[in-house]
Amino acid sequence: MTAAFLRVAILPLVAGFASLALAADIPTAERRSGSEFMGPETRAMQDDDTTNPGMLWVLDGEAAWRRREGAADKSCADCHGYAQTSMNGVAARYPAFDAAKGRPVDLEERINMCRSEQQKATPLPFESQALLALTAYVGRQSRGQAIAVADDARTYPFIAAGREIFERRQGQLDLSCASCHDDNWGKKLAGAPVPQAHPTGYPTYRLEWQTLGSLQRRLRNCMIGMRAEPYAYGTAENVDLELYLMWRARGLAIETPAVRP
Amino acid sequence: MVVLACSAAAAAPGEPALRSFAIVGDAIPDSLTGAPGDAARGRAIVFNRQVGLCLLCHSGPFPDEKFQGNLAPDLSGAGARSSIGQLRLRLVDASRLNPATIMPSYYRTEGLTRVAPAFVGKPILTAAQIEDVVAFLATLQE
Repeated sequence: MTAAFLRVAILPLVAGFASLALAADIPTAERRSGSEFMGPETRAMQDDDTTNPGMLWVLDGEAAWRRREGAADKSCADCHGYAQTSMNGVAARYPAFDAAKGRPVDLEERINMCRSEQQKATPLPFESQALLALTAYVGRQSRGQAIAVADDARTYPFIAAGREIFERRQGQLDLSCASCHDDNWGKKLAGAPVPQAHPTGYPTYRLEWQTLGSLQRRLRNCMIGMRAEPYAYGTAENVDLELYLMWRARGLAIETPAVRP
Repeated sequence: MVVLACSAAAAAPGEPALRSFAIVGDAIPDSLTGAPGDAARGRAIVFNRQVGLCLLCHSGPFPDEKFQGNLAPDLSGAGARSSIGQLRLRLVDASRLNPATIMPSYYRTEGLTRVAPAFVGKPILTAAQIEDVVAFLATLQE
């Protein structure tokens, strides 16, 4: 009996968020960040701040943190002070539930909400240099901290929705995320090891992109590979998937800005 | 012996429907095109990572070919393990043999979810390409 079949059989029996973890999930002791699947050179590039290209975005983000913006002429620092203390551990808890929206928001959306509501500035476009830089700077303040998104009555329906998308076969190739990242991690796809899909280091500098990119960009890449129509940036589906993946990666350390092949 | 006659339903206007085929047991005995495929063309399809996609998941007796996958069985001896008709069904719709398989159905357009617009209503390979790949796989005797 395959893992995929087990999940289908068991999922309807899940009664509450206490039962979110299923028997077919990757056991906690076997959970490994993508950095453990890559070569020693890429690992060394990530671990040395002088060679990690993502640090260039972090430096940009540090400058942006102190820059006054918008009609309110306020900087992030005007409200939040030193990011080293105020943002410590924050990225490890995102996406987080926003009471006003009634649903989880990811770090990029949270930054743009601050821009709109506090700075009275226009939101930054997805994948823009400016948004990636601020997200990388905030994310950097959680490096080494264990991922711990809220797992409670408010977030449970969204984690469950993300899992449903993760396990749904999609596209012309009729594959689910779980087909590779739950059932076949560690095996080789076109010569490269399939990782477990833990979003430990976003925004991530991906050598294939030759730039920094968001988790939503990465999710869209996989969808395109499956020949499925990718979810648009900022959609509920993408944020639910992000939340499920972060819940699934609970306990693993944040590596932002990570480097990946 | 179970014989299932299948044909594509509801092709988009102006698009050719899939050709009908008959499943007998665990095989499709008859060529989808009525003619045998070309093994040399099939080899090119198998090796092409945008067309056949095969070596993304499979390895095979192709020592010069870099970056092969191992998510799926090695293709060595595929032509000895399976008959032509069995190979054909495994390509056309392997999910009929194992609903949990990760092997995509290369000649099926129904029952799929959220297919990208460029691929809607189109099988991964055409009937002629399927026959070419079957002819090539049949040459892999060891």
